[in-house]
Amino acid sequence: MGEGAYLGFSAGSLAAILAMALASYLCRVLGVILMAHVPLTTPVRRGLAALPGSIIVAIIAPLVVRGGPAALAALGAALVSMLIRRNELLALAVGLTVVTILRALGV
Amino acid sequence: MTEAAPPPPVTLKGMLHGARLITPLIPGSLVFAAAFGTTAAQKGLSVLETMLMSAFMYAGSAQLVALELWRTDVWTGAAILAIATVVFTVNARMILQGASLQPWIYPLPNRVLWPSLALLTDANWLIGTRYHADGGRDAGVLIGAGAALWVVWFAGTLPGRLVGGLVDHPERFGIDLVMPIVFTAMVVPLWKGRQDTICWSVAALAALATASIAPGYMFVVAGGLAGSLTGALLGVLDDRRRRPHG
Repeated sequence: MGEGAYLGFSAGSLAAILAMALASYLCRVLGVILMAHVPLTTPVRRGLAALPGSIIVAIIAPLVVRGGPAALAALGAALVSMLIRRNELLALAVGLTVVTILRALGV
Repeated sequence: MTEAAPPPPVTLKGMLHGARLITPLIPGSLVFAAAFGTTAAQKGLSVLETMLMSAFMYAGSAQLVALELWRTDVWTGAAILAIATVVFTVNARMILQGASLQPWIYPLPNRVLWPSLALLTDANWLIGTRYHADGGRDAGVLIGAGAALWVVWFAGTLPGRLVGGLVDHPERFGIDLVMPIVFTAMVVPLWKGRQDTICWSVAALAALATASIAPGYMFVVAGGLAGSLTGALLGVLDDRRRRPHG
């Protein structure tokens, strides 16, 4: 690697990184700022209450559909483990064990 | 304005608790960070540029997507605007995550609130949400988890960038499934009754429909919004039922 590979940069690349950092920070604060200006009526409260679970379900739903049998089995096993013993760490271990075994078997 | 809520506590104990809660996610984050570093090397970013991205963006998926648009020749204003816009859309889910945290953390003093939000990611949002749903109020948990993962993310990027190809086929051990598995597990304690079943079903359907027609990560935003709006609608209906003449 030449010198440029370590400390190389240009005004343009720094500006791009700065712009991306700003865009990310904007996403992080925007929801907080917006909600500070919305009065907490019953519907708003209920909408906020439903939000975390909805985000999580929205993230995993396409994965469940497209992820293939090994991923599906891992998520299913983690869910069952969580229903029996409410322990995220255990659920993670169970899910990873299932997917490792299934993938080793070529599933 | 509504009545001012007292600010939540921020304690060192809470921060350490948050850092401890994040430990199961460390191996996955290290591998993800190393994968980003490796890809950055392939795309021609210098070590400095790579580390600056991890330090100031601190957003895995957005960083990987940004590498697809990275230029090694000339950066025009239009190219910078384009890459920042793509990063914004990939990170747009954090707008919803921030909104869901607002009632808890907004009363924090400004000098704590705004810097802390720079540490917001899927992982500490998830841990903070679970902690808060169980009745916890210490915002240190959210901050500690975010800070601990930031260190892991930053430290994990460097060897990936320097060595490259550090981790061959991490998917063999299901590393790619760590976050999905933790997300799935989290659904269980968050479920509070029939209303959640309705809202979450709508969220899942909206996410699937969006994922099939729109590229990128908009499906998370669409699903989250749809589920939340369903919750709000159920709230309106409840209000009507309680005050039939109002």
